[in-house]
Amino acid sequence: MSTPPPPFSGPPAGTPRLELSGITKRYPSVVANDGINLKVGPGEIHAVLGENGAGKSTLMKIIYGAVQADAGQIQWNGREVVVANPAEARRLGIGMVFQHFSLFETLSVVENIALALDEPFDLKALAIRVKEVSTRYGLPLDPDRLVHSLSVGERQRVEIVRCLLQQPQLLILDEPTSVLTPQAVQKLFETLRRLAAEGVSILYISHKLHEIQSLCHSATVMRGGKVTGTATPSRETPASLARMMIGRELPVCEVPAYTGIATPALTVSKLSLVPDDPFGTRLQDIELEVHRGEILGIAGISGNGQAELLAALSGETTSTPDSVKLVGLPVGHLDAGRRRKHGLAFVPEERLGRGAVPSMSLADNATLTAQRQGLVKKGFLRPKAAWDFAKRCIERFDVRCGGPGAAARSLSGGNLQKFIVGREIMQQPIAMVVAQPTWGVDVGAAAFLRQTLIDLSRQGVAILVISEELEELFEICDRIAVLAEGRLGPAVPKAETNAEKIGMQMSGLFAPADKEPAHAAA
Amino acid sequence: MLEHLIPVLAGTLGAATPLIFAGLGELVAERTGVINLGVEGMMLIGAIAGFAAAADSGGGALAGLPAGAVAGMLAALVFAVLSLSMAANQAACGLALTIFGVGLSAFIGQHYVSFSLPGLQPLDIPGLVDIPVLGRILFHQDPVTYLGLITFAIVWWVLRKTRLGLVLKAVGEAPDAAHAIGYPVIAIRYGATLFGGAMAGIAGAYLSTVYTPLWVQNMVAGRGWIAIALVVFATWNPTRLLLGAWLFGGVTILQFHAQGLGIALPVQFLAALPYLATVVVLVLISRDKRLLQLNLPASLGKPWMP
Repeated sequence: MSTPPPPFSGPPAGTPRLELSGITKRYPSVVANDGINLKVGPGEIHAVLGENGAGKSTLMKIIYGAVQADAGQIQWNGREVVVANPAEARRLGIGMVFQHFSLFETLSVVENIALALDEPFDLKALAIRVKEVSTRYGLPLDPDRLVHSLSVGERQRVEIVRCLLQQPQLLILDEPTSVLTPQAVQKLFETLRRLAAEGVSILYISHKLHEIQSLCHSATVMRGGKVTGTATPSRETPASLARMMIGRELPVCEVPAYTGIATPALTVSKLSLVPDDPFGTRLQDIELEVHRGEILGIAGISGNGQAELLAALSGETTSTPDSVKLVGLPVGHLDAGRRRKHGLAFVPEERLGRGAVPSMSLADNATLTAQRQGLVKKGFLRPKAAWDFAKRCIERFDVRCGGPGAAARSLSGGNLQKFIVGREIMQQPIAMVVAQPTWGVDVGAAAFLRQTLIDLSRQGVAILVISEELEELFEICDRIAVLAEGRLGPAVPKAETNAEKIGMQMSGLFAPADKEPAHAAA
Repeated sequence: MLEHLIPVLAGTLGAATPLIFAGLGELVAERTGVINLGVEGMMLIGAIAGFAAAADSGGGALAGLPAGAVAGMLAALVFAVLSLSMAANQAACGLALTIFGVGLSAFIGQHYVSFSLPGLQPLDIPGLVDIPVLGRILFHQDPVTYLGLITFAIVWWVLRKTRLGLVLKAVGEAPDAAHAIGYPVIAIRYGATLFGGAMAGIAGAYLSTVYTPLWVQNMVAGRGWIAIALVVFATWNPTRLLLGAWLFGGVTILQFHAQGLGIALPVQFLAALPYLATVVVLVLISRDKRLLQLNLPASLGKPWMP
């Protein structure tokens, strides 16, 4: 940088801390940001609201210097600036907490923080400062712990403390609560309010309406790369914000009652597994039972054994025969293919790579998992049958794509998920395990997928949903259990619990939770 | 007994020196996520460059070692351009570099076959060399062996105590995250790879100008591969690497003595012993999968582009 910024003495009254005008960023296939204007004042908590793919993240990367805009201006404390890279953004006083953390697993907390600071290297002195700052803002941290041993919430604290040590004037948080328990969210909000009171401006990116209403002073709503409105969240209703965000009413699911007989379909008993991966979670004495006609939800922050449980259910990890049973049949020792043959279907979290082979066509992808459809005969492929199968799936589940020959990676997240879920449903499974069904999917497709799962369960299929989205679980599930630190709590009927109780259990407390635990997240 | 042991232990340090240099260089490169399988080739290129410089200039090892370092670095530069700037497969580039090094050193070396050099006289550290037993083992070595131990101490200190060491590790652990905070990942990897090349070059030049100061084709004889294995089995820890190098050096000297004593085992078997012993012991040490996983640079061998 040629000229250092002048020492900060507070902008002239009325000068916004950050003002964007006409920011435009084009990618080959899409205009991610189209003439964006945005203004944040000192000490203001400003929400940037929008669906996945609305262009929020691109805009934040432009502010943070990780991406360069094609057109438009950035004014910082009233002066036009060019933010060439993240280091320059930090020098200006812009800090960012990433949605996917940028931490180094095998380094300690203080080492991670030291890497991001431009100051003499003295870990001991820094550790003391980390302690000071983290206690002052209610974000307790042990500077010497290795990051891989921290919970996701603690990792986020590391990121926030790292930003705070740089004394930022603007803090950007990208979907910060997607990995937090409801209680941890409240603590985070307290910290953010305190920072704002000290004059720090905050850009808060989210698609969660109630959070924005309780935290933010003002909001800019984006859709399809454009600003569709600005609002004062406290004066709006969730419905009016949603209209701005998605352009229509928020769809609601219908949950009819199950009229069949609810017999156990998928049973897990005494499942304990030690992971091969040193960063993995140990599963301990998992017990669960999913009945025909119901959706059982497993809540919890990922990293608490979700991946391991899913692998144990799908057959990627095998265990003792009796630990997993399908309508009484022991399948715990069988691999994924054999379990599918017996009527277990899976929708994994990673669509590309686990759910589908990115470079293969939808028809070929259908062949890979449709064991029960006879798409392979005596070891020979039946391309015509696979094509027809994929075509029926595309039509029935409204998958927008270039037909059965389209490569899986060419589909948007929502459409690929519809195809994968549809493909599994068409196996006519007895039980189905679904992980993060609507992660990264737009609101319309998410509503369709949720309704599809509800309808399927009411036809007598047992469905297990693992999700981080509590609201989603409360919308579609009949019973909810919490997975925390590799242990599964009891499955409780939806009507007998609430987000607060579930959140308490997410912190690893399965005892009847009727009062505030002493710093559960600490 | 003692009069037999002292020369064995003293010889061990010298025999370990090439592995210490080459291993430390590879260790630093791998810490940043670059696996360079061309160590054997870089050592051979360093060996012939060092030998040619020493023989042609008449400067002996003092001319040979810097020449070896520069030659090794140039060889590493070729590797770096292909695998870092062009993101080619690191394993393939490294293997190609080794094959190239074998050929190039043999080609240039044909002029020097059966040439011999004066070598380097042991340097006694005044005072310390008079300590009974230990003095003759530790402080009666050639200067390059001392240099190897000093290099070890510096690398250990840098990796352990400095920001540079932390940055190297961070780049190997998560290049995306390092880039996001603003570190020049490719430049750091270039630096580490070139350091590895220079170290391998010095190791090769030490072999050809000091350890056995005459030119024999393919004289590195697999030590480059042992260095790579040492790094992995030492779980990217310099101290373990040093111990592994000493083990290899010790068995090398022992089997020489065994040959001299006329022990009734095939010479080929005795010659293979140091390699066998090192690999077996290191495999046993590194059976702890957790230790390996925790220390493994997560991005090792994976091409990365900003």
